Amino acid sequence: MSGFIAIALILLVFIIIYQIAKASELAMILRGEEKVKASTNRLMAWLLMAFFLLGLYGIWECHELMMPKMLPDSASVQGVQYDSMYRVTVIVTGIVFFLTQALLFWFAFRYQSTEKRTSFFFPHNNKLELIWTTIPAIAMAVLVAIGLRNWVSMTSEAPKDAAIVEIVGKQFNWIVRYPGNDGVLGTRDFRKIDDANNVLGLDWKDRNNMDDIISANGELHMVVNKPIKLIIGSRDVIHDVGLPHFRMKMDAVPGIITTLWFTPRYTTAQMKEITKNPNFVYEISCDQMCGKGHYAMRGTVVVETEAEYKAWLASQQTYYAINNAPAAAPADSASVAPTGSEQPAEQPGNNNQTIVKQ
Amino acid sequence: MAGIVASIKVKQMSDVIIDGPNVAHAHAHDEHHGHEHHEQHFIMKYLFSMDHKIIAKQFLITGIIWAIIGALFSVFFRLQLGFPDQTFPIMEKFLGEWAKGGKLSNEFYYALVTMHGTILVFFVLTAGLSGTFANLLIPLQIGARDMASPFMNMLSYWFFFISSIFMFVSLFVQTGPASGGWTTYPPLSALKEASMGSGVGMDLWLISMALFVVSSLLGGLNYISTILNMRTKGMTMTRLPLTIWALLFTAVLGVLSFPVLFSGFVLLIFDRNFGTSFYLSEIFIGGKALPHIGGSPILYQHLFWFLGHPEVYIIMLPGMGMASEVLSTHSRKPIFGYFAMIISLIGITVLAFLVWAHHMFVSGMSPFLGSIFVLMTLLIAVPSAVKVFNWLTTIWRGNIRFTVPMMFALGFVSLFISGGLTGIFLGNSALDIHLHDTYFVIAHFHIVMGVSAFFGMFAGIYHWFPKMFGRYLNNTLGYIHFFITLAGAYLIFWPMHYEGIAGMPRRYYDYSAWESFRHFTSLNGFISIVSIIVFFAQLLFVFNFFMSIFKGRKLLTQNPWDSPTLEWTTPINAGHGNWPGEIPEVHRWPYDYKDDGNGNDFIPQTVPLKPGEEAH
Repeated sequence: MSGFIAIALILLVFIIIYQIAKASELAMILRGEEKVKASTNRLMAWLLMAFFLLGLYGIWECHELMMPKMLPDSASVQGVQYDSMYRVTVIVTGIVFFLTQALLFWFAFRYQSTEKRTSFFFPHNNKLELIWTTIPAIAMAVLVAIGLRNWVSMTSEAPKDAAIVEIVGKQFNWIVRYPGNDGVLGTRDFRKIDDANNVLGLDWKDRNNMDDIISANGELHMVVNKPIKLIIGSRDVIHDVGLPHFRMKMDAVPGIITTLWFTPRYTTAQMKEITKNPNFVYEISCDQMCGKGHYAMRGTVVVETEAEYKAWLASQQTYYAINNAPAAAPADSASVAPTGSEQPAEQPGNNNQTIVKQ
Repeated sequence: MAGIVASIKVKQMSDVIIDGPNVAHAHAHDEHHGHEHHEQHFIMKYLFSMDHKIIAKQFLITGIIWAIIGALFSVFFRLQLGFPDQTFPIMEKFLGEWAKGGKLSNEFYYALVTMHGTILVFFVLTAGLSGTFANLLIPLQIGARDMASPFMNMLSYWFFFISSIFMFVSLFVQTGPASGGWTTYPPLSALKEASMGSGVGMDLWLISMALFVVSSLLGGLNYISTILNMRTKGMTMTRLPLTIWALLFTAVLGVLSFPVLFSGFVLLIFDRNFGTSFYLSEIFIGGKALPHIGGSPILYQHLFWFLGHPEVYIIMLPGMGMASEVLSTHSRKPIFGYFAMIISLIGITVLAFLVWAHHMFVSGMSPFLGSIFVLMTLLIAVPSAVKVFNWLTTIWRGNIRFTVPMMFALGFVSLFISGGLTGIFLGNSALDIHLHDTYFVIAHFHIVMGVSAFFGMFAGIYHWFPKMFGRYLNNTLGYIHFFITLAGAYLIFWPMHYEGIAGMPRRYYDYSAWESFRHFTSLNGFISIVSIIVFFAQLLFVFNFFMSIFKGRKLLTQNPWDSPTLEWTTPINAGHGNWPGEIPEVHRWPYDYKDDGNGNDFIPQTVPLKPGEEAH
């Protein structure tokens, strides 16, 4: 009922506004249409100018408010290239923005209709067209050159000494696998996946799988200043590994392996100091719509020193050992096997583990 | 088709106010054709009409209804985004189970964003925009009595109508409408296990969109053949108003790219229902491994964006054409660089087909392919820049009348600049890596192809409303509508750029669990409040629109804006056939804003060149 009353009220307000507006138009005819038209024209010219000036102030104000909320400096070496390229693009487009908007609003104000004014018949000028075709073309060429140089280096082959880690998306969390001591990720097959004891479908006939580690809480660990190459996959729909602090992103596509590499610059601890935020944590956001739990598909990254990393790795059990020990017999797997879409925050694999609360 | 045109009712001349050069024609005609007049039944006149002007109104009104629904959906999900920890009982009234206790469910949040995108992109800014203005303006501005095939034209609307019905019905199915985003990427959209919206709702979505493609093709082929074949005597291609050029290229883009989308949908229907594996491979979902092997989800993305990107220009070009026309008319000055405008339209049309994969830089596509698309994408900025500079020069040293359509055309240029420039960030793959699928993208495309295209559409509606209904829209309400919408658009989307630069992903239901994004909560609340205000300003426009159809100030002159183009030589409330007498002959280009020697500052296209006068 209150809904109907609300709608009736809105309608009533509209009718009142309309009647006032209509009355003002009738009054205009009475007062002499030409005179009113001229004064309206002046008013609109001033209002547009006012809008422009207020807009400039608003841009400044917005900038002041937002800058403290921006991301800190890039946490990856490659992201530094991004940051500088971003700055160049902001400057180029910023100049064009202020110039063209100023011209637009200034011309509108300056050449408002008056009784004396007649317009200038100026249908074309090829020299002008040539100028403003060439200048944008050159500006674009420069931006393309900078862009492609960075693109080529960002998408180039990872260095040979890069650490390799696999990250696999599923509705709605990330599974992270480390290659273990042999440095090789064993083969996996989606038909061997079992949510109870083989979340990635590792092929146990492949010896390379025996020492692979799947991190219990889905954390992605990496060593500072050491390149890391992510082998990205998906179990079900398309996801995306989004690493905003590192300025990196890559889709996780079922049936296709994608990769991404970068070199982290700051450990998590350093980042806490830089941001002055004791709760700081590197987050992995899923950046490709993947279903109802998309917004909660959160992963975390831990960047640490070599020593910390080794200590952490040593504390991990291999996935084979966890799931092929007598305790984890297939019998109790049925009770925990969750179906893919039940809840956003479910466990990857082993039932003793908990994942980051979401 | 000539038979249809000839037998159509021509409105009796007695109730039409005529002035200007057509008076003689009209009276001659009245005597000649008067006996053909017969009343048409309401159904044939307004429902199954073959008059392009009525069909234009049908598209426009259907588009307005869809726009209200689409905008209302955005208000619902903005409430969730702005105030994630509050409840809004009013939402339960509208959405029932989906917003139990006034809290939007996450599943329906995704359904709402999906439908918002689908509705606005296709039903409003494609059908509602091209459908309205191509239908209204092509015959009127080229000097034709109707479309090449009025019957096909009618079918085009009715396919759109049926498509609308399917989409509307999908809102009410138990599992909800499609909810995989307006791009409906498989496997999410292909597998019922992946999401509730991928069930019946997705089937209805696909059926609706397939019908929509049919409607769009019927319309587009008609527009192209009409423009190429049915121009009046003297109306050479280089004397066409820029609106017609823009609508021509819009139709070309649609005709060449919609079939590709259609093929993509057909393969998706096969994958969903008949066990094929075009897009599916190695999937484990719902506790079991699916048999599909060897497909590629990336294939769908290629097929989708092969339409999806030209679609952006299908939305933009009509606005560009109408803004050109409106800026020139109300500045009392010819459009600057007529030929440069046409060449840049051609440039945009050709390049529009070569940039689609810039939506896929991080999809896992070959980086080498990516670099080619970077080049093509930034190249398309050049013709766009040329257009902006030409618009600026058009108003330079003009004699500007700030009518409501002029305000919207100026707003169009302002927004097109703002939204176009951020495209330079996203088109450059190295920057796109970070900005992809963040709020930066939302801000970019909403400003440039959302609000800016809407401003072009509003400019067109306010400018040609007198032609459509023989009455004016209320000016005061128009100005209020303009300022709230322009200020609102910037207040909503400008700060979103910052959120995107900070990496905030789009299509999230709730950010409060994220350490990196939750400090934007108060900003999200602010944006939501502004968007609600802007929503009501649009309702004010809708109200103005429908009230003015019946109550608006009556048009007393045939040519209210002193415009030289042909549509203003038809009588007010012209009947089917447009010109009561012979179709006028065209002698000059459409932008002759110069002294005609009789105290007017323009010379209609129908006036022959004076001796010694130079043609453009």
